[in-house]
Amino acid sequence: MTVVTPDLKASTSRRHSEVYKPSSPVVHFDAGAPLRLACQQDLAPFSIAYETYGELNAAKSNAILICHALTADQYAASQHPITGKPGWWENIIGPGKPIDTDRFYVICSNVLGGCMGSTGPASINPKTGEPYGLDFPVITIGDMVEGQARLMDHLGIDQLFAVIGGSMGGMQVLEWASRFKDRVFAAVPIATAAWHSSQNIAFDEVGRQAVMADPEWAGGNYYAAGKVPRNGLAVARMAAHITYLSEEALHRKFGRTLQDRSSLTFSFSADFQVESYLRHQGSTFVDRFDANSYLYITRALDYFDLRESSDGVLANAFRGTSTRFCVVSFTSDWLYPTRESRRIVQALNAVAANVSFVEIETDKGHDAFLLEEPMFFATVRGFLNAAAVKRGLAARDGTAG
Amino acid sequence: MSASDELQLIGGGKTPRVDHVLIAEMVEAGARVLDVGCGDGELLQLLAERKGVDGRGVELERDKVNACVAHGLAVVQGDADHDLDNYPDQAFDYAILSLTIQATRQPKTVLENLLRIGRRVIVSFPNFGHWQVRTGLLFGGRMPVTDNLPDLWYLTPNAHLCTIRDFADLCERAHAEVEQAVAFNAYGTRLPIKWSLSMQNLFGEKAVFLLRSSARPAPGR
Repeated sequence: MTVVTPDLKASTSRRHSEVYKPSSPVVHFDAGAPLRLACQQDLAPFSIAYETYGELNAAKSNAILICHALTADQYAASQHPITGKPGWWENIIGPGKPIDTDRFYVICSNVLGGCMGSTGPASINPKTGEPYGLDFPVITIGDMVEGQARLMDHLGIDQLFAVIGGSMGGMQVLEWASRFKDRVFAAVPIATAAWHSSQNIAFDEVGRQAVMADPEWAGGNYYAAGKVPRNGLAVARMAAHITYLSEEALHRKFGRTLQDRSSLTFSFSADFQVESYLRHQGSTFVDRFDANSYLYITRALDYFDLRESSDGVLANAFRGTSTRFCVVSFTSDWLYPTRESRRIVQALNAVAANVSFVEIETDKGHDAFLLEEPMFFATVRGFLNAAAVKRGLAARDGTAG
Repeated sequence: MSASDELQLIGGGKTPRVDHVLIAEMVEAGARVLDVGCGDGELLQLLAERKGVDGRGVELERDKVNACVAHGLAVVQGDADHDLDNYPDQAFDYAILSLTIQATRQPKTVLENLLRIGRRVIVSFPNFGHWQVRTGLLFGGRMPVTDNLPDLWYLTPNAHLCTIRDFADLCERAHAEVEQAVAFNAYGTRLPIKWSLSMQNLFGEKAVFLLRSSARPAPGR
């Protein structure tokens, strides 16, 4: 496969500068405040890069944490510094939108292990002065959440009004609600699961093997040589991207339509539109994402199983919770199908938690959570409104605590 | 509260259903309530407004669930036959099944589950012993279609219709103690409490039962 990128150097250096000096605010936690990871190693120093939208009220009671998915970042509702594209969730976050920045103070931080300013495998290892590469410790969803909790401490926010996220973001939401019961007033886990299924681990492994099979990956030490395992990471992205869609959506979008040609070429060039689309997805992804981050974050997904810290019983993870939950799934999502959400709902019911559960009808697959689905938006808006009333947050002009 | 107050317009300007008004009277203020088969959330809304309850709902139809959640009600998609097993014992002060029991697959199991989940249980149902139903079948020789049972036999979701007498028998079998039983006529008027069960069964179009498990110690009021 040929991936043509005229400005390879430029995009790579832009990507590197976002690792070390992100365009967003960033908090540095020094060596005296290490983060104890699930693997029992201490991570120090470490940084958390984040974006905020809206105003924090005087009582600091209107903060919403947005948790991002595998390949997203802190630029949820602001322009991406590398791609120049609008925020990945700009359709739902903003003034007057379902996650209303006129009322709420919205925070989104880059996860640990990421490559947009929070500490990850592309960051400098203080012991060597070189990028960590595979010396970076394997992190978990729980570690990401502990990192976010440090950020909340730094911002002086004791309790989040809501924690919201889809896919891997939804796992962080569940982890927050389980670990920090008093710090989460409302939780919205979307298109997610309480543990990664064997099928999802399998897909992740295909992606990782594609990266590692690329000679440019060089055992994870590609930074010094100024190389990027472009082809491997692009293939990983292409395979994963299929799982974010649905058969209906692919068919509707592409069918068997040919790409800029009237007949088959009897070659392996991108005859079909769907091939061309995937190649494009792969190559643009490489321009903005670090290959090692992809390995580490998919590993965190695979390791996620909320039952583990709860004697194997999911309900125990939520015992004693007073958080209000709104669980959302999408009918055509086969990566995190509705039955995964139902398991979460059943566990919440088993501890008589305050839970709403909505399955949204759509043919857009897992990615539906990123798209403008009217019923989904109405659900989020309604749920947050009702929760805001319970929290004593005033209507749109409000500063009440 | 006067009778006219009872029928005062609530929230969206809709007159609440008579059985809902009665249920709202039975429920104590501030209670934890599970409404199974909550539909568009009308009862939950009424209970929240009149009694300040902490309410949850279960509803089968996706559109209705979505509408409830979009209106800020805590409702999950599910059904009485499959999803009640997950709730812990005595998790709610009241478990309510409003005009739904006749549409369940296993009414006895559902009732037992409700008695396990709720310290008190409120069940309302259409009475198949109503005189119009009886005369319809006797003289027409066909499954009755009335205001209360509007669907033709092959379209109705109702699978287990019963009379007030039948339901009273089921309560006994399920070890449910009847604390209160009220029947309404077709005009939504409560039938006199001193009427015999036979009379209630003949003239009551709908009935509402307030129950508690006789297998458990009586909950305090």
